[in-house]
Amino acid sequence: MLSAPEDIKRPLSPHLQIYKPQITSVLSILHRGTGIVLFGGSILWCFWFVSLTAGIDSYYQLQEFLLSPLGLLILLGWSFSFFYHLCNGIRHLLWDIGIGYEIATVRKTGWTVIFSSILLTGITWAMGFMKWKGLL
Amino acid sequence: MVQLRLPPNSRIKKGKTFSSPTKSAHMKLFHIYRYDPDDKENPRLDTYELNLEECGPMVLDALIKIKNEVDPTLTFRRSCREGICGSCAMNIDGTNTLACIKHIEECKSDVKITPLPHLYVIKDLVPDLSFAYSQYDSIKPWLQSDETPPSDKERLQSIEEREKLDGLWECILCFCCTTSCPSYWWNGDKYLGPATLLQSYRWIADSRDEATGERLDVLEDPFKLYRCHTIMNCINTCPKNLNPAKAIGKIKKKMVERL
Repeated sequence: MLSAPEDIKRPLSPHLQIYKPQITSVLSILHRGTGIVLFGGSILWCFWFVSLTAGIDSYYQLQEFLLSPLGLLILLGWSFSFFYHLCNGIRHLLWDIGIGYEIATVRKTGWTVIFSSILLTGITWAMGFMKWKGLL
Repeated sequence: MVQLRLPPNSRIKKGKTFSSPTKSAHMKLFHIYRYDPDDKENPRLDTYELNLEECGPMVLDALIKIKNEVDPTLTFRRSCREGICGSCAMNIDGTNTLACIKHIEECKSDVKITPLPHLYVIKDLVPDLSFAYSQYDSIKPWLQSDETPPSDKERLQSIEEREKLDGLWECILCFCCTTSCPSYWWNGDKYLGPATLLQSYRWIADSRDEATGERLDVLEDPFKLYRCHTIMNCINTCPKNLNPAKAIGKIKKKMVERL
């Protein structure tokens, strides 16, 4: 970070452009990304409550939007974000108490987080779908 | 601050191609980052074709062959050629490692070589590490003790005390880990980075050192230590298979314990 002599403006070596994406960094940025999505999701949550208090028409309007393909996609993204952030959050808590720093463990817990968040999202949606169809 | 794109003077242009005078079944292309401070041009990526049957097995062998036989202006640091000096640290095929202990065969297709990431480039594969060295200096990497050393022998440690330094003393300060860390890319002016923090813990963990309190005081800062967000790129890249993230975790625990 030390600056170069004034007559030479030294270039910065490439970083993001060349660094190979790996399970460590990808899951880390995904944790931050899903955290941001959760923030957006909490605003949606507020909208849902406001639409409830605003009466049946506005509530159904929001329901209609949420059941449209775009709405479903948003809900899917939000629910996945919730489960990913939850699972990876547990991983972070373990690191905070000093557990799971070996690279083999980091890889193992990383894949566990990916699979369990997909699984939990799938279960949630399956249950929702069954409830909708009156099967549950 | 986070700046995802490279500044305009750092964007890499297409460079020259040098083909090999001899051919065999084992040809390999090396794409190498070139920057010459004298010609005021942007960095470029030159391509060198090498006949691997006439070249040693390591990436450093390829670099030396290019410098000796193809292009003597190619500039890089190297010394021990056996993974103990840390001079030839660079980014090979997307991860930081030492060119002298990286097998060419490990690179599946073409070999792309750039300097250690997010540093100012002096020339070609030689980055400016002076700031990282000054950060290392700031943690006072030496034994601090008020006790007068025994006149007839060294300051002795028990076997258990000595074992606590395993995995720490082996660090050769090549800064592969520090420059693999996105957090260091964005906040390297204030965050100390994995290599320096591992070294800090090396002295905190030393039974003969009496400055643990002061060492922790220095790190008690929103940036110096706590910009480690356990991304873990450092462990993934360390050519000596050390674990800087774990050492940083232990410092964080010490911070809590002394509250």
